[in-house]
Amino acid sequence: MKSAVIVFPAANCDRDAKTALTQMTGKEPHMVWHQDSELPDVDLVVLPGGFSYGDYLRCGAMANQSSIMGAIKAHADKGGAVLGICNGFQVLTEAGLLPGALMRNAGLKFLCKPVGLTVEETQSSFTRKYDKGQEIHIPIAHGEGNYYADEETLDRLEGEGRVVFRYTDNPNGSARDIAGILNEKRNVLGLMPHPERVVDDALGGTDGRAIFQSLIEALS
Amino acid sequence: MTKITPALVKEHGLSDAEYKKILGLMGREPSFVELGIFSVMWSEHCSYKSTRFHLKKLPTKAPWVIQGPGENAGVIDIGDGDACIFKMESHNHPSFIEPYQGAATGVGGIMRDVFTMGARPIAMMNALRFGEPSHPKTRHLVNGVVHGIGGYGNCMGVPTVGGEVNFHRSYNGNILVNAMCVGLARQDKIFLSAAKGAGNPVVYIGSKTGRDGIHGATMASAEFDDASEEKRPTVQVGDPFTEKLLLEACLELMATDAIIAIQDMGAAGLTSSSAEMGDKGGSGIELDLDHVPQREANMTAYEMMLSESQERMLAVLKPGREAQAEAIFKKWELDFAVIGITTDTSRLVVKHKGEVVADMPITALSDEAPVYERPYTERAPVTGAPAYDKSKPVLASLKTILASPDMASRRWVWEQYDHTVMADTVQVPGGDAAVVRVHGTNKALAITTDVSPRYCRPDPFEGGKQAVAEAWRNLTAVGALPLAVTDNLNYGNPQKPEIMWEIVAGIDGIGAACRALDFPVIGGNCSLYNETNGEGILPTPAIGAVGLMQDVSKMATVAFKRAGDVVIVIGETRGHLGQSIYLREIEGREEGASPPVDLAVERKNGDFVRGLIEAGRVDTVHDCSDGGLLVAIAEMALPRGIGASVGLAGLPDAIPFWFGEDQARYVIATPFAEAEKIVAEARAAGITVAELGKTGGDLVTLDDKNSIAVAELKAGFEGWFPKFMAGEEIPVTN
Repeated sequence: MKSAVIVFPAANCDRDAKTALTQMTGKEPHMVWHQDSELPDVDLVVLPGGFSYGDYLRCGAMANQSSIMGAIKAHADKGGAVLGICNGFQVLTEAGLLPGALMRNAGLKFLCKPVGLTVEETQSSFTRKYDKGQEIHIPIAHGEGNYYADEETLDRLEGEGRVVFRYTDNPNGSARDIAGILNEKRNVLGLMPHPERVVDDALGGTDGRAIFQSLIEALS
Repeated sequence: MTKITPALVKEHGLSDAEYKKILGLMGREPSFVELGIFSVMWSEHCSYKSTRFHLKKLPTKAPWVIQGPGENAGVIDIGDGDACIFKMESHNHPSFIEPYQGAATGVGGIMRDVFTMGARPIAMMNALRFGEPSHPKTRHLVNGVVHGIGGYGNCMGVPTVGGEVNFHRSYNGNILVNAMCVGLARQDKIFLSAAKGAGNPVVYIGSKTGRDGIHGATMASAEFDDASEEKRPTVQVGDPFTEKLLLEACLELMATDAIIAIQDMGAAGLTSSSAEMGDKGGSGIELDLDHVPQREANMTAYEMMLSESQERMLAVLKPGREAQAEAIFKKWELDFAVIGITTDTSRLVVKHKGEVVADMPITALSDEAPVYERPYTERAPVTGAPAYDKSKPVLASLKTILASPDMASRRWVWEQYDHTVMADTVQVPGGDAAVVRVHGTNKALAITTDVSPRYCRPDPFEGGKQAVAEAWRNLTAVGALPLAVTDNLNYGNPQKPEIMWEIVAGIDGIGAACRALDFPVIGGNCSLYNETNGEGILPTPAIGAVGLMQDVSKMATVAFKRAGDVVIVIGETRGHLGQSIYLREIEGREEGASPPVDLAVERKNGDFVRGLIEAGRVDTVHDCSDGGLLVAIAEMALPRGIGASVGLAGLPDAIPFWFGEDQARYVIATPFAEAEKIVAEARAAGITVAELGKTGGDLVTLDDKNSIAVAELKAGFEGWFPKFMAGEEIPVTN
């Protein structure tokens, strides 16, 4: 599996994504500068977590204006896999690649802690190595992870099996406990928790590994 | 031209004697800009004029010290060509006036100190002191400071891995915000601030210069009064997004060989960075302020030289490398400008709009800055053991202590800090020390901050010793070899002889402990004048420290892990209740002698425990400190809800045994067979050791008689902070 990580200014988890991808795939991902307008030939594009442009405007809004976004949309249109983690998820909703929006956490505080998730869907390139209904633990680290969409959209997401991860104990007020969703074609995943922080035994968990293992199996 | 009047001199915080010295050094009346430059460079904050004489007594050398005090941060050798660079610094005065920005820019400033030396910051810590919980400002200040630290550190993508939060009425008018940054570099890529050689371009990089923070250093060198709120405009505003770009751009430039010297513009901004770089390089610097990137129109030379706008650096490049450097900074969308040149005159010359506005010998700002041996009045330490009510039930007291402001869980605080970004945090906040892996290796750094201010007022010397010993013990308890210290000395007004005594004795105590424990001081910061309307803070010499673990898989943590482990205390328990948490929280008194530290025993016990961890024989260790033995045991039960049944036959007096704060102790828990061997080995080595009981169940049981549920303890322990911040509980005064 060939992958790329987009480097937005201050999207500070780009190096963590690189480490996890290198460890899991055995190959270093391409690090693609936000001002580039073309992607290298890759199977997976990762939009990492962090604070692109400091989140000074609406989170993800500035990054969505980057030159590279056109190429990412084209990659997704062609069916290429796109994974947006945390700030990356926020960028994907700004870009219209995923529906809904991420608002301030209900408690109005930034929260960093491991959270319980249930894997709702295994029919995707991102989750096929999990068991349906499996409970996993992955850390969150965000101030704006409160997922919102109108009722119609939420019903549709549920009906089409696009709600992939749900919080077991909702930390941020997200509608219907949603932690991660797919697009209609099921090739774009956005999630607030950070799977790249739990691929290494020494860090107290490996529940994030299966996302990368699923992608390797699906895309190689 | 502005006329230099006695009133103007006084407004600049300079004494008559100091101004007389300036006249002598200059051979003429200084210009307004020159007066401003003297004012900040000779301020306590920049010159260390009250403490420099005493700081010289601290041990700063060891074979593993690459750079001691005097640079932006200290550097130690951690093997394999790797270097660890760290420092702690205060941002007390601004954080009281404007907590969010004060704390945020404190974080930003200490990060720049570390990455200006070529290191990538890998961990942040902070030591925070607030006034009593019932004080009307405390909640607002806690909220602002925690938000500020998180807001800046989280955006930078550097994990904030721990620290301290204390409450005491002595901080009602002067909170303390001490931030520590730890970074990693290769030993052959360390950058210093000595601007050696003439004719080299001086370049300005980072944010534009505005009018914010003018005279911040001078503010930080004076006491507060009721009008201090009016000083809000002297607090700087942080921009972590720009700092993140600056970090990446600087590291990219540092990967080339274009830099001769580099220094961040911190306190006293352009003035101190240029003067210090010239001073260390033995050269002169000529600046043309017309080229300084400016945020506001019509800024004067005075404003530009004294601005403390954040996220700026000054560098001296090799001639001809300007274009290469500029390309990097343009890529990161940062300002870059050549604003001067190094000279061989040893003078700082500042031009603005074609005129020379300052022309002064650099040594007048550094070597000639005043050094005071301020008079001090020795005070005998408080002695004696306090009385206590022997009838108080031990387990009820335990519950009260665990839910008290200084002892309750700080989860509410550290969950607002991203402590796992960079994916190398092996031990998260809540343990004895944070542990962060050296990326891509199996070794790790252990990091802690510590001081017990309540010990430091009754006995400043023992308090200083204890702060170092406890930091050393924190690192040892996770299995790390303690390597070096950064000190952040927070005190009151040094012009009062009784305060000066606290400073002198505190430094002596720190020095004694650092010498005995081979724990050199490689950098630090002093924050004096922490007084409001004449009331000073408790002496608070915060110690930040770093240790090294060769094999991170051997790391110990505080949590009980198995039922049936034997609970052992290493070190002697005499039952020292003086100045203890027990006495304060249960008896409502702050009395008696501070606990003395026997440094030889400290070292012997610690080396023994570390040996057990390194050999993989023990994975459960907790240093026994605030609150005493039973509190330590409860803290080991809380994380996983595994209880313990403990007791000691023939105990004459339960309260001092369980709650005394004797030093040099550790609680360990390990399976029976290993425990027997460890006890025998300790005795053979002349180390005091006692078996206290066994882990298991979900209760903490004393002497097979009385019990309390771990869940009940946990509810109080986890409950206090969120309730306090939500305003649900009127907290008791401590």
